[in-house]
Amino acid sequence: MSQIREIRVDYVARVEGQAEILVKVMGGKVEEAKLAVFEPPRFFETFMVGRRCGEAHEIASRICGICHVPHQVAALEAVEDGLGIEVDGQTRALRKLLNYANHISSHALSIYFLSVPDYFGKPDVLSMAGERPDLVRNAIRLKKVGDDITERFGGRAIHPITMVVNGFTRIPTKADLEWAKRELLAMKGFAMEGVDFVADLDVPDFERRCEHIALSQADQYAINEGRLVSTEGLDISPREYRAHIEETHTDYSWTKRSIVRGRDSFLVGPLARVNLNFDKLSDDAREAAKRVGFKPPIFNPFMAMLARAIELVNAIDDSVSIIENLRLENGPVTEESFEVRAGDGFAIVEAPRGILYHNYAFDSNGLIQKADVVTPTAHNSRNIERDLEALAPELCGMSPEEATLKCEMLLRAYDPCISCSVHLVEVK
Amino acid sequence: MAKPKLAVVKMTGCAGCQMEVLRIEDKLLDLVGAVDVAYFYMATSANRHGPYDVALVEGSVSTPRELRELKELRERTKLLIALGDCACSGCLPSIVNWVPPQESAKVYERFLEIHSKKESFQRVYPLSAHVRVDLELRGCPPHRDAILEALKGALLGIKPFLREHPVCVECKLKENVCLLVCEGRPCMGPVTAAGCGAACPSNGRVCEGCYGPMSDANASSLAEILAKRCGLSREDLIGKFRKYAGLTPAFSKEASGGI
Repeated sequence: MSQIREIRVDYVARVEGQAEILVKVMGGKVEEAKLAVFEPPRFFETFMVGRRCGEAHEIASRICGICHVPHQVAALEAVEDGLGIEVDGQTRALRKLLNYANHISSHALSIYFLSVPDYFGKPDVLSMAGERPDLVRNAIRLKKVGDDITERFGGRAIHPITMVVNGFTRIPTKADLEWAKRELLAMKGFAMEGVDFVADLDVPDFERRCEHIALSQADQYAINEGRLVSTEGLDISPREYRAHIEETHTDYSWTKRSIVRGRDSFLVGPLARVNLNFDKLSDDAREAAKRVGFKPPIFNPFMAMLARAIELVNAIDDSVSIIENLRLENGPVTEESFEVRAGDGFAIVEAPRGILYHNYAFDSNGLIQKADVVTPTAHNSRNIERDLEALAPELCGMSPEEATLKCEMLLRAYDPCISCSVHLVEVK
Repeated sequence: MAKPKLAVVKMTGCAGCQMEVLRIEDKLLDLVGAVDVAYFYMATSANRHGPYDVALVEGSVSTPRELRELKELRERTKLLIALGDCACSGCLPSIVNWVPPQESAKVYERFLEIHSKKESFQRVYPLSAHVRVDLELRGCPPHRDAILEALKGALLGIKPFLREHPVCVECKLKENVCLLVCEGRPCMGPVTAAGCGAACPSNGRVCEGCYGPMSDANASSLAEILAKRCGLSREDLIGKFRKYAGLTPAFSKEASGGI
């Protein structure tokens, strides 16, 4: 007699966006393991066609209300690549500072607001306030530091406005920089404790070897620039992305799924970054990681939460060092103060939840002819299903509540941005 | 007295408006003391179905499923607040309403297969196209102070103070140099509702109009000025007025090329 087990989570809470999970096991064999996204598509690549390349980043920002900064940076870099513009070091430093601020805010949200309540048997972070008031207050404060830096340097906390092609419309003052440094350093202690706190959580014991992909640079922790590398030897420039990464469609989900051509699905995000760039972490981040026994490479997707905690320390340290080295020699630029020409530009940026690919082709008037965006959650979606397949036998032995929770915890470990993921692709 | 029940609901959007709700962090713990957060999928797994006293709805309506959910929500909710541009006017994604459906379908190779299962209008509509909306909080995203003002108003049972005057008023209060008059740059401030604190002009950028039209906006007059003073072409003007609020009656004429 074959035993049928079905685990279904209709609308996963505490993730951004609308998705459901379906796992079906028959007689010990996995029949189905699906991540179905019912978040409706918004067709960004379609309606960006005909718009000016100078506003690509402003539009792309609206793909995601959480990772708006990396979307902006990726769009700007891709457009600049197409226009043949090389931006100055100050602009690159400020963009990295803003992306780190986004990572800080998003990681704090992911760890403390979305994931940690599971480990305390609570429905949300605020219901933990009675038991762990300091933890909750510090978590809120850490997230706020990221938001506040974005607001002060970017002009607005969500969908910031000062970043434009070839520079910034407002250059921060020295006082802004000193304030940011103080705010960051004030949270350093909590970020360090956070590594131990997360390491002490009873993270599910699970391992599945798969390819991990992240940006990498020789001289720094890569989030805005670099080559795309992997645990399986991938080493390519953003321009070569489409030759190596393939997207497939399903009939049950609005999210497309990526695989490495000729290989399999892959993992992007904090775990991939820490695994591949461990030696580029700040000294304190690396020491904290070693102290809690983080030995790269780690192939347990649930450990992404620990990688996030380690990255929080690194983001604070690296931001402070960027601030200390900033000279602020160049003034502001106005929006679209560049000469248009025809071009085809590419960029890859690390959003908090993994690599983000943008490509724009535009005509001699600077009008976009083709837009191609692939988001981190689209990169991860096939890999999440592969993890669900591997988890399925274990899920069968659990009560429905336990099995549901485990599936949700896995999804939360990937920190998916569902809204982001549903609009992908080239327009022919 | 029982605490008022609050729902935060997401339709088609980017979640940025919900993120702005979470940004009320200084007051978040106090707020939780004053209201009962009954439904907020992004933040909690303890969600209850109505009735609700107040619902903040982010996003536009773009599938039959959302339309059903919105109508049900309306029946179960005393005060329904449209949270942000997508809910109020369609925001940037509403540009797709001017794209022929067969073009947007090309994004997905197997569009028809998914389409039949998951359904999509391939169009976005503001909430008010389908149900009665009690209050609109505009902006991409709306400023957290406005969200707090709306919630306070709901708790006290009074009309919140929201700004319907143009961005120019806030810009003058900040003593900014006028980008349109003095620099001849194509600023949407004169027809755009305030509430952002003139965020863009204060940061050296022209207003892009993300709060949608102010009350009694004279779009055609601004379009004429932008053409004459800033040299904007007909296509440029269409692009500008279509961007965040092309579906609104105040901007729709300019958004469709003056027809």
